[in-house]
Amino acid sequence: MAEKSGPSFLRRNGPELFGALSLLAAVLVFEALVRSGIVNRFVIPPPSDIVLAFERVIVEENILGRFRDTAVEMVIAGFAAVGVGVPIGAFLYRSALWRRAMEDWIGALAAAPIVLAFPLFLVLFGRSPKTIIVMGFVHGLAPIILKMVEGLASTRPVLINVGRSLKMTSSQMFWKILFPSALPVIFTGIRLSWTFVLITIVGVEYLINLGGLGQLINELAERYDLPGTYAGICFVVLVSVLFFVILERVESWLQPGR
Amino acid sequence: MALNESQSVNPALVVDDVVKRFGRGDEVITAVDHMSFDVAQGEFVSVIGPSGCGKSTLFNIIGGLLSDYEGAVKIGEERISAPHPAVGMVFQEESTFPWRTVIDNVAFPLELQGVGKSERMDRAHHFIDMVGLASFEKAFPSQLSGGMRQRVSIARTLVSQPKILLMDEPFAALDEQTRLLLGDKITQIQQELNQTTLLITHNLTEAVQLSDRIVVMTYRPGRVKRIVRIDLPRPRTSDVVGSDAFGHYVAEIWNDLREEASRGMADSESAASRRAAHG
Ligand SMILES: Nc1ncnc2c1ncn2[C@@H]1O[C@H](COP(=O)(O)OP(=O)(O)OP(=O)(O)O)[C@@H](O)[C@H]1O
Ligand SMILES: [Mg+2]
Repeated sequence: MAEKSGPSFLRRNGPELFGALSLLAAVLVFEALVRSGIVNRFVIPPPSDIVLAFERVIVEENILGRFRDTAVEMVIAGFAAVGVGVPIGAFLYRSALWRRAMEDWIGALAAAPIVLAFPLFLVLFGRSPKTIIVMGFVHGLAPIILKMVEGLASTRPVLINVGRSLKMTSSQMFWKILFPSALPVIFTGIRLSWTFVLITIVGVEYLINLGGLGQLINELAERYDLPGTYAGICFVVLVSVLFFVILERVESWLQPGR
Repeated sequence: MALNESQSVNPALVVDDVVKRFGRGDEVITAVDHMSFDVAQGEFVSVIGPSGCGKSTLFNIIGGLLSDYEGAVKIGEERISAPHPAVGMVFQEESTFPWRTVIDNVAFPLELQGVGKSERMDRAHHFIDMVGLASFEKAFPSQLSGGMRQRVSIARTLVSQPKILLMDEPFAALDEQTRLLLGDKITQIQQELNQTTLLITHNLTEAVQLSDRIVVMTYRPGRVKRIVRIDLPRPRTSDVVGSDAFGHYVAEIWNDLREEASRGMADSESAASRRAAHG
């Protein structure tokens, strides 16, 4: 079959293409603004300088190693938040008393700027990656707990009745009806959670001047190496993109029908 | 004692003086009021009544989902107060699992029973075929129409071959043509398996097409108004809809039902105008 590749290629890759083009356009606009002097180049370096700085930060600043450090902290804190938050959420769903007692506190935890509590964590865990991971974990926990409870509670009653009419045990009911029904909402929670985790990890690295990308950005900024600083920030964005791509893959693999 | 229309010699299911009230104090609603009837082994009985008369409430009681009621629903000697393994339920609302394919939805009860994979797929396949969805086995519910999803739920209930099939308006989401054709399927299944069936419906033609007897309910409180035996010959197909006898039954039952339905309408209209008056 001689199908025309043009329209179907556009239909399939249109959104990505459009995204990439608009990013490029934004970069060009900034380039023009900075070069024409409308925007001060000591506030925002021209994008071309940032691109040139990539080589420097990779070769001289070992950014790939730092990228790895941040990514590892992110993996540990992110998965720990899921591993701990999901069972806590399931427990709170079961126990109405605990749920009413805890829900507001957990909501407050989700909204609190945990990063600012870094001195407390420094005392507890010392100036080590442990502090960074624990803080990321704590900040990432609340959204998962809340969304887990919400997801389980939003299971359609008729599906629960189907389970009851089939005389399912409560563990069958949980694993075969409640949990799969809650999955889309849980994934929303994970997405929120991992955003919080990354912000906290890079933020704390920056504040206590330890570890991966956060520390590097701190150092480069103190040296007034603006193109380098922005190149470092680009790598932070890369970490986040990486995690969200993985998450999306896992999600569509786990729930193919939706 | 002579048998009347509401009694059978060897009933598979007995509804005996069942009462269900909701709420308390001044706000009590009697959804089911002293209802009694039974369903014989292999018989097809429909319960018909206007919207809001208490049909789903009765369905939930018989299915064992509402255990707090007065009177008795009996299967054999056992009073129902929890779901009974002999009863298979098809719900009024859409009840497929969106995260499972059609075949995995239908095989679900067998999976719970620990039936091996190949046997469970075979049996699921058989019932999917029966409801006419053979080419959609690998599809997800989100890819199906509402009527097709309802057929998946019916197949999922049939697959465990329940002694008593209990259905709450299973065809409500279907168009008239599909409804008639699926009715044929149900009749066929019922005849093949000698399936004891209790169908809850508000659809007159559906009830007359399928039933051996029809229990007509009153509106608020939900009582048994009359039990009508349908003496149309079996095997029956949807062709019967055109016959004189069919028209006769429909007219007769509509006569009973009209009064109840208009009371139901008046009730909801006055509720609506009360709401409007209150702002
Ligand atoms: N859980 C409940 N709490 C309070 N009232 C209820 C409850 N369930 C049903 N009712 C009331 O009982 C009455 C009968 O409801 P039911 O759902 O059995 O009607 P139905 O005949 O199935 O109606 P439809 O044909 O529209 O499905 C209604 O007035 C309804 O408001
Ligand atoms: Mg109903």
